[in-house]
Formats: sequence, C-alpha cells, structure tokens
Amino acid sequence: MTSDNLILRAENITKRFPGVLALDQVTFYLRAGEVHVLFGENGAGKSTLNKIIAGSYLPDEGNIYLGEEKVVFGTPHDARLKGISAVYQEFSLVPQLTVVENLFLGQELVKRGFLDKKPMFTVAKESLSRLGFDIDPLAQVGTLSRAEAQMVEIAKAIQQKMSILILDEPTASLTNKEVDHLFDLIRKLKSDGVGIIYISHRIDELKRIGDRITVLRDGKRVATLDMAEANEQKLISLMTGREYEDVFPQITNIPSKPVLSVKNLSTVSGLHNISFQIQEGEIFGIAGLIGAGKSRVGRALYGLEEITGGDIRLDGQILRKISPAESLNRGILYLPPDRHKEGLVLCRSVRENQTLCSVPLFERGGLIQLKREETLVRRLIDKMKIRPPEPDRTIIYLSGGNQQKVLIARGLTRDVKIFIFDEATSGIDVGAKIEVYEFLKELSEKGSVVIFISSEIEELIHLCHRVMVMHDNTVSKIIPHSDASEENILSACFGYC
Amino acid sequence: MDSLKQIFVKVGVLPFLLIALLILFTLAGEGRFMTISNLLNVSRQTTYLAILTAGQMLTILCAGFDLSVGSSVALTSVVTSMSMVAIAAPTMAIIIGMIVGIATATLTGIANGLTIAVFRVSPFVVTLGMMSVAQGLALLLSKGVPIFNLPPDFNRILGIGKIAGVPIPILITLFIVIVIYVLLSRTRIGRYFYAVGGNVEAARLSGIAVRKYTFMAYVLCGTLTGITGVMLTARVASGEPNLGAALPLESIAAAVIGGVSLRGGEGGVIGAIFGAILIVLIRNGMDLMNISSYLQMVVMGILLIFAVVMDHFRLSMKGRLR
Repeated sequence: MTSDNLILRAENITKRFPGVLALDQVTFYLRAGEVHVLFGENGAGKSTLNKIIAGSYLPDEGNIYLGEEKVVFGTPHDARLKGISAVYQEFSLVPQLTVVENLFLGQELVKRGFLDKKPMFTVAKESLSRLGFDIDPLAQVGTLSRAEAQMVEIAKAIQQKMSILILDEPTASLTNKEVDHLFDLIRKLKSDGVGIIYISHRIDELKRIGDRITVLRDGKRVATLDMAEANEQKLISLMTGREYEDVFPQITNIPSKPVLSVKNLSTVSGLHNISFQIQEGEIFGIAGLIGAGKSRVGRALYGLEEITGGDIRLDGQILRKISPAESLNRGILYLPPDRHKEGLVLCRSVRENQTLCSVPLFERGGLIQLKREETLVRRLIDKMKIRPPEPDRTIIYLSGGNQQKVLIARGLTRDVKIFIFDEATSGIDVGAKIEVYEFLKELSEKGSVVIFISSEIEELIHLCHRVMVMHDNTVSKIIPHSDASEENILSACFGYC
Repeated sequence: MDSLKQIFVKVGVLPFLLIALLILFTLAGEGRFMTISNLLNVSRQTTYLAILTAGQMLTILCAGFDLSVGSSVALTSVVTSMSMVAIAAPTMAIIIGMIVGIATATLTGIANGLTIAVFRVSPFVVTLGMMSVAQGLALLLSKGVPIFNLPPDFNRILGIGKIAGVPIPILITLFIVIVIYVLLSRTRIGRYFYAVGGNVEAARLSGIAVRKYTFMAYVLCGTLTGITGVMLTARVASGEPNLGAALPLESIAAAVIGGVSLRGGEGGVIGAIFGAILIVLIRNGMDLMNISSYLQMVVMGILLIFAVVMDHFRLSMKGRLR
C-alpha cells in the first residue's frame, strides 16, 4: 500500500503470556494527524498492543517501524525518547506527591542545583487550565478523585513533545465538558501532525473523534474501517462475532411494594436532605455530576459513610447499626466503582475473590467446605461467562471486564435483596456491558432491588424505572422512566428542575 | 531462560538457593555435611525456627511483621524457668511453668495486636518498642543471669526426648505446621488473613472485621513464639535472658525466602518452613566450614537483603507478565 504518511507500522506482532496468546500476527498502521481507534472486547489485545508500542512489553514476533526506521523499545523510556507518549487506565502518578511534582516527575526544572518551584508551578497551572481541568496544582494526587487523577495523567502525557500519543480509556471518569476540552486538544494535536491511538468503549465518542477504527478480537485483527463506515451494530458484531439487536434489554417488569425508604438522610461527607423510597423489582438509577454525591448515597446505605441524621428503613424497620457486615446480613451488597482499589484482592484467586463476602456461608464445623465453594464458583463462572474459566487462577491475570464480572457475581454467592451498583460498567467493553445489563434485568425480574449509580446517561435512560438525580450532595429530582431524557437528566444534574 | 524465569515467578528463589547450597556444602563440607547424624541434627535445630517462622508469617500475611519475637522468646524463657524453679513438685512445676511462659508470650502478642489493630500504629514501631520492653523485662527479672536447676524431666522429655525414635520437638513442629496449614487453607481466619493483607479496603467492603483479624494474627504469633521459647528453654535446660537475639531477622528472612511476600496477602506455610530449613542449613553448613559466628551474622544479613530483593523482582516480573 502507499505510504499514506504513515508514522507507525506495527507488523505481524505476536505476544504470548503464560497460558494465553494475547496478540496473533496483528498488523497496525498509524498515519500522521489521524485518530486511529482500537476497538475490541476486554482481553482482545488492545492494551497489549498499546503497551508494546509504548515500550512496556517486547513482542515475541513482529517488528515496529517509525517512519522508515525499525525500532526496538527495551523500556517505555526508549519509546518516550522516540516521541511516543501514553496515558493508561492504570495511573502512573505518585499519590504522595503533588500535581506539580507529578507533572514534572523525571524532568524537574532545576536552578543552581535546587528545584525551581515557581516556574514549575506556573507551567503546571497553565497546562491544566489550557486543558480546562479545574485542579489545584498543589493538591496531593492521593487526595484527588479518580476523574481528577485521570486529568493529571493526561496533562502529564501531553507535556512533552511527541509524534504519537496513546490514550487508553481517557474519558472513563470525565464529565461531558471535560471530554469536550480533551477532544479540542486532540484536534489541535492532529493538526500538528501527531498520530493518536485511542482506545475506548464509548461508541458515540469514537464516532465523534475517530478517523479510522481497527477492531481486535481474541488477539487477531478483524477489520480496519474508516469511521464513516462504522456504525454501532457493525462494530459490536465485529467485536463479539455475534449479532446483537439492541445494546439495552427491555425492562418490562413492574415494581411492587416498597422495600427501602430513606428519610432526610445526612452524612459527615456532606449529603443532606436525601429522601427516597424504592420498591421490589425496581431498577433505581442515581445520576449526577462528579462530586454531586451519587456514590456517597450508595455508600451511606451500605455503612461506609458516617450518618449524622435521618433514617433508613428496610421493610419498615429502622436500621440502627449500619456497617458492611450488617448490611450483608440484611441482604444489601455494595459494589464499588474502583475494583482495583476497593473491590478485589488482586494477588488472590478468582475463587477467593468471588466468595470474599460470603465465606461464613461455606463454613461447617469450623472449616470451609472447599468442594461446595468450588462448585458454586464454577457455576457462576459459567453463568457470567468469565474467562479463563479457572477458579484458582490469580485474578490479576484476568482482563478488566472479567474481573468486573467476578465482582458483580459476588451478589449471587449469598442471599442479596438489594444490590448497589456503583459504576458497574466502567472500563468494560460493550460485549461485557450487554451481559451486565441482562443480569440487571434478571435481578429486577426476580424481585431484587437494584440501585444503579452511573455517569452514563444512556444507561440510566434505558435501564431504570426511575432516576434520582443528585446535585450538590442533595436530591435535585426523581425522574420516572417515561420522562427520562438526556436533557431532563442533565438539567437536573445542574440543579435546574 | 524463559521457562526458568517462569518457575522463578511461580515459586520464588527458594528452590534455586536450596539446590545451590546443598551442592556447595556437600563439596566444601569435607564429607561431614551429607551424613545422617548431621542431617538429623539440622532437622532438630530447624524445629525452633520453623515454629517461630510459622507465627511470624501470620503477621506478614496481614501486611505487618513482628520484630519482638526474639525478645519475647527470651522473656518466655526467663518466666518459664523462674516459675518452674519456684514450685516444689516437679510435674506441677513443668506444667505451670510452660503455661505461664506461653501465656506471657501470648500477652505480648495481645499488646502488639491491640496497638497495631485498634490504635492503627505501624507494626514496625510497635513491635520494635515491644522488642525493647520484652528484652528489658527478661533482663530485669533474671537480673541478667541464666536460671538453672530446672526440673530434669523438662529437658529429658521436651528437650531431647524421643517417641518411636523421632525427637519430640520434631513431632511438635509437625503438628503445629499441620494446624497452621489447615488454618490458612481451610478456615475463615486464614482466608481473611490473606484478604486483609492483600487489600484491606476490599476486605472491609466485604464485611470482614479487619481489626479483629489483624489482632488475631499478632496474638497467634505471640502464642507460637511462646511455644518456641518453652521448647528452646527445655533444650538448653536453663532460663536464658539472651536467647533468640537473631530470631526476628531469621524468621522474617525464612518467611520471605519461603515465598511469603512482605506486601501481604501471599505465601504458604510449607514454603515458610522450607525457608526456615534453608536458614538452619546455611548455619549448619557454615559451622562445618568453620566460618566464625561473626562472619555468619554478616552472611545472614546479606541473605535477608537478597531474599527481599528477589521477592521484589518476582512481584514486578509477575506484573510485567500480565
């Protein structure tokens, strides 16, 4: 093929890990000034390909060419020197240092042997505001929210001069406004001739910003299309190899009697005047901008927030002592948004992670009945299509989507009547999302209560019987399904009712 | 090279070290190493470190460690022997002495556990302080001199006694190892130790009483330390206020070499015991090679550093292999 201004050629890349062929003869071309999207299910090989291009891994077979020159990257630093910059899902920031210190990590400005703090601060402040990110440069990164940390990560990657930028799920925790800023920045980089490799699961975003899209499935390149040719259905079928009618299932059941009622709840963390009631079989969405308090409501119900006032009633009884252990006994389960930080024990097996909240249920005579546990775990692996289907595999080896499924399936290891999902589908591919939505539908049809905290308005509109919109740590509006639209929900997010 | 790397990531540095050392000592030991009597000697010596390492590993699994184990052994030795000497009837003396000794060490474990789990102070600082407290108490109570005239049966049975040709210390150790193995692999407590050490936030979110189980780890470590102290006292037939100075370092080194990660949440008791065997083997080999005990200290220190560095490498290689 003609050179088409190619700045990167990755040809016949193969990469093996213990027990899995992550990439199988994958060829990928990147042109200068284009946004080339990498699309595929979790575990399809996108992150692996990115890491090889960015120098974190060496391919077992295949070659990488920058322009005409063949390159071999021993470390990410080598790639960085050649102008390849990357932003990953797992952050590379040091939590104990400030934003400025992180932005200049490894490239500090020095004057007469001492750190030149003033210009570093100024440059950092400028970079952040140019990106439209409202973050205090002197804030300690460990105190920032996931979204803010992501912004710093992006700012850091963008600082240096580069010819190729790799973005892996950059918008996962960003608001629409921040996404717009990011896209403006991307367009500017494009006009400067930078080639951008973009991984995301959000199809509407990809269509906005992408020029071409390469779909990977099971480590193989399935197709490369111009974005104009790509539509949602085609992409999903290419990615999964299956046909899908709709991403969202039809929620048909009608909720019945009230089960959970919250009155005037307030917490130390700032929630106030939170009142709502949820019925059996209802999928109750909670929406809101970052920091509006949607996560805090879920955490307060579970016992992770200090309650200062108001009450919570379950089946009419006021809940006095609220803690995770008590909640689990009452049949309430909370699934956190950041599975690595609060959800999974990465160094343990799938099986131990699966039953983490229900170990006492497998005990008999002081010992855990390992056989019974294994049977249940295998059944859940089967049901949730968790891959690889090995209960004793250390969970860190599973892809993000599969890890998320293990987390979610915890709700099936004990008698749970109220599920609190906090960003259940963040960072997982469309195929896995569809499976999660089906699962939610199943739960509601069984009569369970599902509290669905999400920042994806599409999900809230299609899946929820009602959506409670949070604004500034209090309830802005509760919108029934019939009135739920992007406009209505967004206005309520901003406090306009 | 690749498959060697994979084996290393899976089992750690222990098998490689073991093989290397067995070869080294057989060659350099002038035929005195690979004899039944020497190997039996080594196994008997291993028992004390093995039980202590089993206790230490419980705290390491919970992302902590216990620096006070050595002084606790010394204190146990002093308290046990002082109690025994104070009671006339020999059988009573032995039983009461043992109970008091193990109880004392358990108490230090409780003190460690409470401060670390409930007051959330770092294990390093707490156990370092306790190390000083216990050692001070041991010296204070004994006035710095060994305590003799223990009931002879104590040493005869517990120290050098045998049942069916197998030394009693080895039997006790085997029993304890089996108990700990079952605890860690088949009980709620074991499961929760791994969870608390592996990711304390995830454990908390799953309704696990993190403080309770962290506390338990230190108490159990204390009890096992007490058992070690009593057994060592029986072996040397006297209360020794300076017993066990090298034990904190050796027990941590043994655990880490045996695959118990200092980060917490990883490692099994079998590996830890093999780590203890390795340490004792090295001491034994160095003795046979007539290496001075001062130099041996240097070697042990280097070994610990080496083990921790290898553990770190192994973890980072594991991450890269993702």
